[in-house]
Amino acid sequence: MNVVELDRATIGIAGHSILSNVSFAIGPGEFIGVLGPNGAGKTTLMRAILGLLPPSAGYVRVFENAPQRGDRGIGYLPQVRTVLPDLRVRGLDFIGSSLHGERWGLPSLNRHDKSMIEATLDSVGARDLAKRPLSDMSGGERQRLLLAQALIGEPKLLLLDEPLISLDARHQEVAIDVVRRVCRERKITVLFSAHELNQLLGTLDRVLYLGNGQAVLGTVDEVVTAPVLSRLFGTDISVVRAEGHIFVMSRGYDVERVEHAHDHGHVHDHHGHHHHLH
Amino acid sequence: MRTTMAMFTTITATIITFIDMFQYEFMNNAFAAAGIVAVVSGIVGYFLVMRGQTFAGHALSHIGFAGATGAGLIGLAPLWGLLGFTLAAGITMGALSERISNRDVAIGVVLALALGFGLLFLHYYTSFATQATALLFGNVLAVDHRMIATLVVLGVVTLVALAAIMRPLIFSTLQPELAEAKGVPLRFVSTAFLAIVALAVSECAQIVGVLLVFTLMVGPPAAAQRVTTGLWSGLALSAALALGEAWLGITLAFHTDWPVSFCIACLSALGYFTALFASGRRSQVGRGNETA
Repeated sequence: MNVVELDRATIGIAGHSILSNVSFAIGPGEFIGVLGPNGAGKTTLMRAILGLLPPSAGYVRVFENAPQRGDRGIGYLPQVRTVLPDLRVRGLDFIGSSLHGERWGLPSLNRHDKSMIEATLDSVGARDLAKRPLSDMSGGERQRLLLAQALIGEPKLLLLDEPLISLDARHQEVAIDVVRRVCRERKITVLFSAHELNQLLGTLDRVLYLGNGQAVLGTVDEVVTAPVLSRLFGTDISVVRAEGHIFVMSRGYDVERVEHAHDHGHVHDHHGHHHHLH
Repeated sequence: MRTTMAMFTTITATIITFIDMFQYEFMNNAFAAAGIVAVVSGIVGYFLVMRGQTFAGHALSHIGFAGATGAGLIGLAPLWGLLGFTLAAGITMGALSERISNRDVAIGVVLALALGFGLLFLHYYTSFATQATALLFGNVLAVDHRMIATLVVLGVVTLVALAAIMRPLIFSTLQPELAEAKGVPLRFVSTAFLAIVALAVSECAQIVGVLLVFTLMVGPPAAAQRVTTGLWSGLALSAALALGEAWLGITLAFHTDWPVSFCIACLSALGYFTALFASGRRSQVGRGNETA
């Protein structure tokens, strides 16, 4: 059984196709790193899986069916775009608002809901966030809260849209560890979109590279090679492997150097060359 | 001994004048009307502040001013013009998508235009001019039984409608992307909410006037959100603060002969800044503990 399958799918926004004629299949329990430059369609793909964007051609199937908006089998952590500046809502109420949030009427949390929220916060090691207001949380804490929320209701598929953005290097590693541990335990299929491949190298089963409206799915050794990526991006890409890290570089284009500040003192070469294609 | 006696006399005198207040029917009416409106404003305003749409609420009240003066021009009661205009504007803002209702410049332009039209209507209906101040700054001391009955009905409708959409409203306020994915009709919820705000604004304007709806719809909920982080405690505190400020404002006005809306505006600002100061100090202390 495939958890997510795209069959010659074309997906776009307002007549402009972002992914065109894309086919791939993801099996149960796989940890998929979704990579590609900004605008390559990482968010678009997730929205299609959530049933928010129907394909204009071809098929998208989730759990062997057409995607359904509000599918309880899917946990979703959106790329945080709307951060209300001064939100003094405590963690428990924040997560509580998403529980049956689609139903009309007054919000209410019964004992079962509360213990469910506490259990899920426990599983990501963030029980203390239940009582603290969102405005007092750091970026890492907020992200952990959102992750806990995405895990509520025992989803079989987890869509994490750029969960590492706005986290420092240490918190990024912690976030990846938590996702890996929880998802392995519960055999959850994960689509984890990111800008940086290296951090995910030890965790992912396969990598899904998006670019130029196309997609390539395979193991890192199959996909992250100069010929495959050059063909995908339609430009000269070189892939350099050094000391367990992979650097993807595009010649003649702006090669952005991403440096991670290590504030906890251990020396660890983690400077990745981050390709930038438009 | 003498000071105790003096104090006793002062307290007795205060109580007597306090009770005195309720010998007048207009004072009773004022307390009843302000009470109803304050509770509704505090509760609806809580969500307005949470959604960061206070400016939209302000604009609705100004649009309501044009409606009220326009209604006067064609011989209707101002309240109906106020209600009609704010409701129509609220629904339009919601339907034009969330982006418009959060766009300050567009709202500012429409707000100014609405006030301009209000002025035009006043210009052609000069005998209405005496009521203009009442519309702009409120006239709670002129409330009659019929108005109270109307406010009760409107208040109940407002709160019932709010209760009906409260769960998806909170969800889509806190996490719009996730709410959309879970099947919440975002646009419907935001339109319905602005319609509810329109109702609350119309009621609020009866007490403190269109220019001062912030005193009951923004001051108390903003203060409440500084002090508490729970939803129900926040709502209760917001409503209680609005009620306290409204009633205390009327009491102050009775004893000082200052305008009621001025007193409420002062108390509202006082409440907000006190809460801001208190929570600022508390979080500083909290941070100190964390680093220690």
